[in-house]
Amino acid sequence: MSSDEDEWVPFSRRPEWSDVKPVPQDDGPHPVVPIAYRADFRETMDYFRAVYLSGERSHRALNLTAEAISMNPGNYTVWYFRRLVLEAVDADLNDEMEYINCVASKNSKNYQIWHHKRWLAEKLGPEVAQKELEFTKRIFAIDAKNYHAWSHRQWVLDALGGWQNELDYCTELLEDDIFNNSAWNQRYFVITRSPLLGGLQSMRESEVSYAVEAILSNPENESPWRYLRGLYKGDPNLLICNNQISGVCLQVLKTKHNIIFPLSLLLELLCHGFQPSTEFVSAVEALRTSVPESSSTSSLANTICSVLEIVDPIRSNYWSWRRSHLPSQVC
Amino acid sequence: MGYCKPYGIKFISWTIVGGFAGTIGLDPHLLYTLSAVQILALLNRLDVLDIEMISEYVAGLQNEDGSFSGDMWGEIDTRFSYCAICCLSILHCLDKINVGKAVNYILSCKNLDGGFGATPGGESHAGQIFCCVGTLSITGSLHHVDRDLLGWWLCERQCPDGGLNGRPEKLADVCYSWWVLSSLIMIDRVHWIDKSKLTEYILNCQDSENGGISDRPDNAVDVFHTYFGVAGLSLMEYPGLKPIDPAYALPVDVVNRIFFSKF
Repeated sequence: MSSDEDEWVPFSRRPEWSDVKPVPQDDGPHPVVPIAYRADFRETMDYFRAVYLSGERSHRALNLTAEAISMNPGNYTVWYFRRLVLEAVDADLNDEMEYINCVASKNSKNYQIWHHKRWLAEKLGPEVAQKELEFTKRIFAIDAKNYHAWSHRQWVLDALGGWQNELDYCTELLEDDIFNNSAWNQRYFVITRSPLLGGLQSMRESEVSYAVEAILSNPENESPWRYLRGLYKGDPNLLICNNQISGVCLQVLKTKHNIIFPLSLLLELLCHGFQPSTEFVSAVEALRTSVPESSSTSSLANTICSVLEIVDPIRSNYWSWRRSHLPSQVC
Repeated sequence: MGYCKPYGIKFISWTIVGGFAGTIGLDPHLLYTLSAVQILALLNRLDVLDIEMISEYVAGLQNEDGSFSGDMWGEIDTRFSYCAICCLSILHCLDKINVGKAVNYILSCKNLDGGFGATPGGESHAGQIFCCVGTLSITGSLHHVDRDLLGWWLCERQCPDGGLNGRPEKLADVCYSWWVLSSLIMIDRVHWIDKSKLTEYILNCQDSENGGISDRPDNAVDVFHTYFGVAGLSLMEYPGLKPIDPAYALPVDVVNRIFFSKF
């Protein structure tokens, strides 16, 4: 399996391949856009085509696929053939997992590689759950939002288990970067799906506190604001009753900075029947000094939309749409 | 997979099992099968297809839970639901699959922010949202979408530089001009973004000397971002461009030809 370019020996000079006739790529008589393949790539693929077409499932074919993969890990037919060979030669799948981890570390955004890993993990079963979780951790250390690695991690948890430390892991990632939306998404995945935590309702109270704390440290962070709403998905009556939630809106609004998300959440609360105290009214009033044409008779929800139109100009159409579609009770 | 001139059809590679591969000699996959069907639709040459065989191949990739695998190896992703359903719709063969289950699978991938991910519980991502909303649009199931919530999440993707990103806290990229805008149009909320700033962003990603569009200003251009940039401009009715259909990703006249012309 020599992939080092300095040592690369052409297949035509390898005695163990002397019985194979390479099959060149058929681009037709007049190729429209011929690709200038490198000589080693072309030759490797010519030999790959030969074994693929003859259906040779042997150890040398396995090594050949590794060479082809090292040159182009996106060739899904090479991967497909590799799996057929692995099955046919009864290969040690733990060795294969070590190999694929090596390839995946260098190509962490390649669909084929992650799919191959999943195929292996599925065959190896729950005993590899921890190792797989550890592997994705290593990927997240480099790219904490890698979508493939997150998909793989969620699949491992669902299919093979290993939920024990998952919430702590989310906390750890969010300590590194509180803006990491992937980690917030995973947190929601854990509290709604982990068989060990009792589900959304039993986690709600502690998670509200967690999100509120995150908001207070960085009120401009979109993720925890959305997370708060997610905690009460389908339960708006409970959302408006939780003083911690209206409270965090008020607290941020009083600072007069980063007011887009608290105003938006307050608007949501009002639309669901939240009765604002005078403190909310004055906090919002204090923001409208810069809004020239708002009249003192307009409703709180209306004022909120007007303020948002000014402070979030790129989405002013959205906020003016919200204003014109307010439920009648808050107009 | 071939190229876009009528005599390029012979280069489109299809296989004995009915699906298309990325190039000659590879195995069939839903991604390439949809591309092949779209290209032939563009060229008005769907007549060269064995529709029975292709639709059987696509229908055969639907799983018990309604999801679709990309190929016989079983990778599941809402991208493949879109590929399958768009493809079958163009071929007038949606009756070959269980549409209800396909829609339910998409809905199982809906998140707290109104968006959709690749699998149930997967993070919302503008590309996956296009696939899911496109599937729901083609199957007449958009009433399942929380349009205001999703619309707000999508318009939050517009960054101060005018470009759109695909997830919170990510950089803007021209490709999301397509994924985000097409989704916003399908749910009738495209007026929520600042079109002139987005147009300016896309135009700033042009290589004004050699042509083409890149992912962000001053990067190297490529054919994918050129497509997404032009398609995004078309969705915003930029002068001189044909209108493009947000669900099928084909010019509107092609879509009309597929669905409204007499056979």
